[in-house]
Amino acid sequence: MKQSSMRNMKRLTTILTYVFLILGAVIMIFPFVWMILTSFKTQTESMQIPPVIFPSQWNLDNFVDAVASLPFVNMYVNTALMILFRVICAVVFSSMAGYAFAKLKFRGKNILFALILVQMSLPSQIFILPQYQMVAKLGMANSIFALVFPGIVSAFGTFFLRQTYMGIPNEIGEAACLDGCNQFETFIKVMFPLTGTSVAALTIFTAVFAYGDLMWPLVVNSDLNMMTLSSGLATLRGQFSTNFPVLMAGSLLAMLPMVILYMIFQRQFIEGIANTGGK
Amino acid sequence: MGKKIMRLSAAARREERWGYLMIAPTIIGLVILNLWPFIQTIYTSFCEHLGFGNYKFIGIDNYVEMFQNPEVWRATWNTILFCILTVPVGLFLSLLVAMMLNAKIKGKGLFRTIFFLPMVCAPAAVTMVWRWIFNSDYGILNQLLGTHINWITDSHFVMIACAIVAIWSNIGYDAVLLLAGLQNISKSYYEAAEIDGTSKVNQFLQITLPMVSPTLFVVMIMRLMSSVKVYDLIYMMVEDTNPALTSVQSLMYLFYRETFVAGSRGSGAAIVVWTVVLIGIITIIQFVGQKKWVNYDV
Repeated sequence: MKQSSMRNMKRLTTILTYVFLILGAVIMIFPFVWMILTSFKTQTESMQIPPVIFPSQWNLDNFVDAVASLPFVNMYVNTALMILFRVICAVVFSSMAGYAFAKLKFRGKNILFALILVQMSLPSQIFILPQYQMVAKLGMANSIFALVFPGIVSAFGTFFLRQTYMGIPNEIGEAACLDGCNQFETFIKVMFPLTGTSVAALTIFTAVFAYGDLMWPLVVNSDLNMMTLSSGLATLRGQFSTNFPVLMAGSLLAMLPMVILYMIFQRQFIEGIANTGGK
Repeated sequence: MGKKIMRLSAAARREERWGYLMIAPTIIGLVILNLWPFIQTIYTSFCEHLGFGNYKFIGIDNYVEMFQNPEVWRATWNTILFCILTVPVGLFLSLLVAMMLNAKIKGKGLFRTIFFLPMVCAPAAVTMVWRWIFNSDYGILNQLLGTHINWITDSHFVMIACAIVAIWSNIGYDAVLLLAGLQNISKSYYEAAEIDGTSKVNQFLQITLPMVSPTLFVVMIMRLMSSVKVYDLIYMMVEDTNPALTSVQSLMYLFYRETFVAGSRGSGAAIVVWTVVLIGIITIIQFVGQKKWVNYDV
């Protein structure tokens, strides 16, 4: 008797778990579905009461309108270049510094590392105005360089990769370099190749963060042709404040590249971002 | 003997040289990009901007003005309210999702992928569809509820609308972090509790919660910090012509408008410094409070 009621309890919990998870998943996915459906509707169709779920015709007019009012090709290129350079900088400089902080002895190490911790704990907005003034003074506003600028070095990346290098035993480096290669050779030939997972995580983290960043690109690149997908969308909002199908088409276009990458590299994305955040 | 020490110290000196060389790009970058701007921002907060990057030192006037400005107090309250509305509910739901994903169910990977999806979408794109869902005349939410609520332009609802979007955006991310914490709990604890006949609720309170509390604390700190700095989501939801702006404007949004729209860089800088102080206070409270509930002796 007790056994069977226990089993029923268990079955009920399982059913409830599924119900909640499916309900949750529907809430999570609905805005995306609604975005896609709306992007194919005409404006009048989108404003019908009661609402129609599927567009009567799957036409691409809204995408044409979105592309006509925003330089999407430029925005894709700008965003891609910004991400590319930020990732290269973060990986190269942070790997070097992370290795040095983890494995090498030098005077002043703790004070210099404290600088990294302090940077990480401050909001980026405290740097933004002077950074903007520097870029403006260099005459580099409205450029790819301006977009990359605050991401040339990554305090977070250094911190994160230092953790990784600290997890690699010293003996590995020593054993591989018995016949005296210098510290840099040990780093390049032996240690760096062992950090693939962490470097991938840092790459994904840097890319997703740069892609979503809004305030810096808005401030530094006011020329529409030099905007990123995020900041470009912000201007589209003003232009088509009531034409939601066009806004949805634009948002969809802006979102698509990262979502496709995410679909292909799901596990790396989730684990990469979770690993970097959990530290 | 003396020669050996000399040789060792030569090796040590070589190591030191490599150390400095390898950290040089990062440290030089941090000094130029962060340390110097940090000092400049603090200095700017004591200055008046005369235009074209010229500043005049005016002492604490910006701060005096700031604390007399109801808009700043309102933005401070809005920021705190945003944290109160999003962090506890968000953490609760994330923990719930994480626990369900930790159970023996099918399609775990698919659920995880779906819940995590908002994380890889730019906030600018995601908020756009939420504006459409929340639209007062034609938005699907009002249609479903049979109401006519001005979610985004009514000062009573705009904060709730933004909080919903924030919670929706972060649930998957926080759940993935918490799931990692849950997976570290040894199954043997639950088996022992099962034999003792401990109820599921008590298992949660006596095993799960204490064991996951360190992870929960990390996630909470992270979520709090990013909520205090909230800007992009509110900026995209509520433009500066929106009549409900003052009911939802966060400190960082106010900073952006002061500094880059109104051009009063001095008072903008004072607002950032004030936010950093606020972050400091919240951090101290958290670290003092954690002793009461975070369990580190595992």
